[in-house]
Amino acid sequence: MKDRPFIVGGLVVFLVFVTTPVWRSLRTPKATLVAPEIKLPMQERECVAPVGYMRASHMQLLDEWRESVVRTGQRKYVAYNGKVYNKSLTETCLSACHGSRQEFCDRCHNYSGVSQLNCWNCHSDAPQVARKSP
Amino acid sequence: MSVLEKTLVGSRRYWLWVAALLLLVLAGLLCYLRQLTQGLVITGLSRDVSWGLYVAQFTFFVGIAASAVTVVLPYYLHDCKQFAPLTILGELLAISSVTMSLLFIFVDLGQPSRILNVLLYPQPQSVMFWDMIALGGYLLLNIVIATGALRAGHEHESPPGWIRTLSIISIPWAISIHTVTAFLYSGLPGRTYWLTAILAPRFLASAFSSGPALLILLCVVTRKITSFDVGREAIHKLAVIVTYATAINIFFVLTEVFTAFYSEIPEHETSFQYLFAGMGGDYHLVPWMWLSLLLSFMALILLLVPKWRTDMRLLVMACFCVFVSIWLEKGLGLIVGGFVPSPLGAIARYTPTLLEWGIVCGIWAIGALMITAFYKIAFSIWEQS
Amino acid sequence: MKMTRKRFLQLSGLSLIAAAAKNVVGGGAATSAITESTKATRWGMVIDLAKCRQKEGCNGCIKACHSAHNVPQFADRAHEVKWIWKQPFEDVFPFAQTQYSREINAGLPVLLMCNHCDDPPCTDVCPVNATWRTDEGVVTIDFHRCIGCRYCMAACPYGSRSFNWQDPRPAIPTVNPDFPTRTKGVVEKCNFCEERLAKRLAPLCVEACEEKALVFGDLEQPDSEIRKLLRSRFAVQRKPELGTGPSVYYLI
Repeated sequence: MKDRPFIVGGLVVFLVFVTTPVWRSLRTPKATLVAPEIKLPMQERECVAPVGYMRASHMQLLDEWRESVVRTGQRKYVAYNGKVYNKSLTETCLSACHGSRQEFCDRCHNYSGVSQLNCWNCHSDAPQVARKSP
Repeated sequence: MSVLEKTLVGSRRYWLWVAALLLLVLAGLLCYLRQLTQGLVITGLSRDVSWGLYVAQFTFFVGIAASAVTVVLPYYLHDCKQFAPLTILGELLAISSVTMSLLFIFVDLGQPSRILNVLLYPQPQSVMFWDMIALGGYLLLNIVIATGALRAGHEHESPPGWIRTLSIISIPWAISIHTVTAFLYSGLPGRTYWLTAILAPRFLASAFSSGPALLILLCVVTRKITSFDVGREAIHKLAVIVTYATAINIFFVLTEVFTAFYSEIPEHETSFQYLFAGMGGDYHLVPWMWLSLLLSFMALILLLVPKWRTDMRLLVMACFCVFVSIWLEKGLGLIVGGFVPSPLGAIARYTPTLLEWGIVCGIWAIGALMITAFYKIAFSIWEQS
Repeated sequence: MKMTRKRFLQLSGLSLIAAAAKNVVGGGAATSAITESTKATRWGMVIDLAKCRQKEGCNGCIKACHSAHNVPQFADRAHEVKWIWKQPFEDVFPFAQTQYSREINAGLPVLLMCNHCDDPPCTDVCPVNATWRTDEGVVTIDFHRCIGCRYCMAACPYGSRSFNWQDPRPAIPTVNPDFPTRTKGVVEKCNFCEERLAKRLAPLCVEACEEKALVFGDLEQPDSEIRKLLRSRFAVQRKPELGTGPSVYYLI
């Protein structure tokens, strides 16, 4: 049993590592269950899709938009209410309605820990002010 | 599995070797992290020379992997009994080489996190697709064969019948991996240095000369540090293969030189001129290319004379010369020569940076670690029987 | 052309775009529009080199393209990114001149960009289909899918493609928010202003040229201005012997 120190030591190291989230969270301020406040658009009352769908699947919608604009050149989206929009994150989502990604997108993303977003590495998050929507 | 445990017992020298390799791997990893953060700007690559050491090393080690066929073919198809111990060593070398090649491709990518796209969106019109199939299949084949052979040896049984079947399949497969790698280059209309039918045969010839040379060197080294000896006959038969392959490779290079310089078509000549004489004030590759040629000829002379080829020290020197010569030709000259002069006639100087070498050495160290571990397992299984 | 489901949907989509576009593109300023019919199938360009060199040092087209498309400007030539640029005649057409006929074009600049080939070698080699030739003849790149292997750069016989060796954003003089930037690790090149072609607008370089040296249009329309020009004057392509079928022609 000359391995005992290694086994016990290894178990201790393992326990420390596996409980890291617990004692790390002791350092950070308590998160609440209150959902973050997002800034809703001023002018528009309707999104390109129903709010429930957007909450659940806006990523899929953006993915579809990306595929259809980039790979088939189809830039027009006919929404559920018959309105036609340009498929553009910067132009339609931000510029026409949601304005600032910090006060809208980031609020929920930061809260839920969605950190892998890399849309903004390329797409502009500072759209021109006062542009009319299509 | 206790076979793997054999890699955990070793002499002091063994552990020093492993520690040194692990340090190199760590250094390479740190360099690669730098590359991930800053981008490939940390390399010596440029808009005109957009492929360099990484892709060249990928090409070179695919060749080493393919050379397992030089021991498998004589053993299984021509009943060359002396190659019995060599086949497993060749297959284990192939596994390490293919792994190194795949790692070199990975570190060359600008967006490595998207590497799965090659599986998600396969493109059969791209030669890279077929290269992926060929290399992946060859890796799998050799893993299965080697595992089966080692397990049989460990259990003191004779190898199962399917090992022979799979090994025979690996013969044309080995030819295909290096042919398809050559096709990556030889179908591009804008790169005159590569646009030649003889590129695939050249790749195979240089692979069958540098691969067995490396195998001979590995066998000589292991004979010195372990009790394992593949036998003089096996080494000398392998040396004959290296001789033929080196002669054929030099012949192929000379035929290329003839076509380029007798036809005097400028586009055919320019890359050779850049590599062997310099162009536009850039001569930095010239000494290396001539060294490669000199080493090849020296090696050929040492190998052609039977009295010298059978002298172990001269054979080791010849194998070393062959390996370095082909490393310079394929692991450096081939890639840069394809890109210089550029399509618009620019001479862009490519010199790998320190970080680039760090990553390359890290991958070499991974390959060396794999070979060390694999050969240790193989030798300890032999020692038991 | 046989009416297939795909073709029907294309026509319906185009009609919808045309109807919607009429409301959007109202009083567009001095933007040049393409006046051919909507059945465009192969975009092409003719560059009149004599007109191009009327004004020495003129690079309005380059500035217009690079600024609108957020093309980074790197001081280090080795890592430069360029969609459109100029090089001396003897670099572009090295075998068009001999020592006796060299003087006439010696040193004079030629405008270069992606040739948007009919049979591009670059699209054949991409392992993930991140670059392809659209139905309208534009060789385009999906920056989301590109893995940065640079095989397309090796395959291009014209040196038209650039790679982002590092993050391009710090090197963009003024970011145009209406067009995305790219990220490090992907390949980029001239896109024939695909985003403008979708709105029936000519490419920026064509519009910016004060000498009207660039003529853009549909090579498949026999009555287009570009076809008339190609019928009336002898035009050359870069490296036609390679069989790539470039869509960019030069009037020497």
